[in-house]
Amino acid sequence: MRVGVVTFPGSNCDYDLYKAAQQVGADVEFIWHRQKSLDGYDVVMLPGGFSYGDYLRAGAIARISPVMEDIVGFAENGGPVLGICNGFQILCEAGLLPGALIRNVSLRFESRDVHMLVEQTETPFTSEYQKGQILRIPIAHGEGNYEADGQLLEQLEAEGRIVFRYVNRGGEMTEEANPNGSRNSIAGLTNESGNVLGMMPHPERAMEEILGSVDGMGVFLSLAANLSTVVL
Amino acid sequence: MEILVKPRPGLLDPEGKAIHHALRSLGWTDISDVRVGKAIYIDLEAEDSVTALETTEAMCRKILANPVTEDFEVSVVGDTERITA
Repeated sequence: MRVGVVTFPGSNCDYDLYKAAQQVGADVEFIWHRQKSLDGYDVVMLPGGFSYGDYLRAGAIARISPVMEDIVGFAENGGPVLGICNGFQILCEAGLLPGALIRNVSLRFESRDVHMLVEQTETPFTSEYQKGQILRIPIAHGEGNYEADGQLLEQLEAEGRIVFRYVNRGGEMTEEANPNGSRNSIAGLTNESGNVLGMMPHPERAMEEILGSVDGMGVFLSLAANLSTVVL
Repeated sequence: MEILVKPRPGLLDPEGKAIHHALRSLGWTDISDVRVGKAIYIDLEAEDSVTALETTEAMCRKILANPVTEDFEVSVVGDTERITA
């Protein structure tokens, strides 16, 4: 599996993503935001951070970077694209995912572990998880409050595109367990064809027992299982 | 050009809510709602005001406002002489 991790000015989770993909046996390269070709990559990952200082709106300026045009083409041709945190915000701004991410209801930057439920396992990003599995994954964001109108939410629910939802330790969807006020407790969702996933929690920060959780590894193992010829 | 970008009606505006609480705690108790947007000022050369408005609206649709969460208003302000000249 050949993975490209895009670095924008202000990305700060690009090395974590690089390491996470490498950990499951991937051949990883950084893609500078000015690069124009994505030839040869099996997966493209957009990392967390504060691209362009989050000026205007989080992700609004990154999405007009030269590399984004190719990422849109790559995604439209069925190439898997994973956007985490700021990467999720960029995917929404680029129109690859519907809806928008606005300021957390708490008005605070929320940096802590949360629990989330794996609701959809029929994606290249989650096939190695069990449906209904509860993961403990860190979040670190100020604008992760997923906003969409009622019609879009109904469509997302009906089409099974909500992949991860914030829940409490027992797996229940409650207001207290929702760290940012996201509609329908949405923590991650896919595009219509299922090859673009955006999520606010950071699976790449949950890859080592010593750091508290290995629950994020399933995302990378799933991609490796679906795209790799390398025996893990 | 002056561009006002405003949170769409009905959309939760946590920043407006926080300011609302602050104003209330300072004694202004008769406020029913506070909403926070942003103002963007652009110096632009154009044939006339209509063209300037059209160009600025195109900018809003393309990048300055997010249609999912924001509405915008555009007007010509300041030294319009230079714009119509």
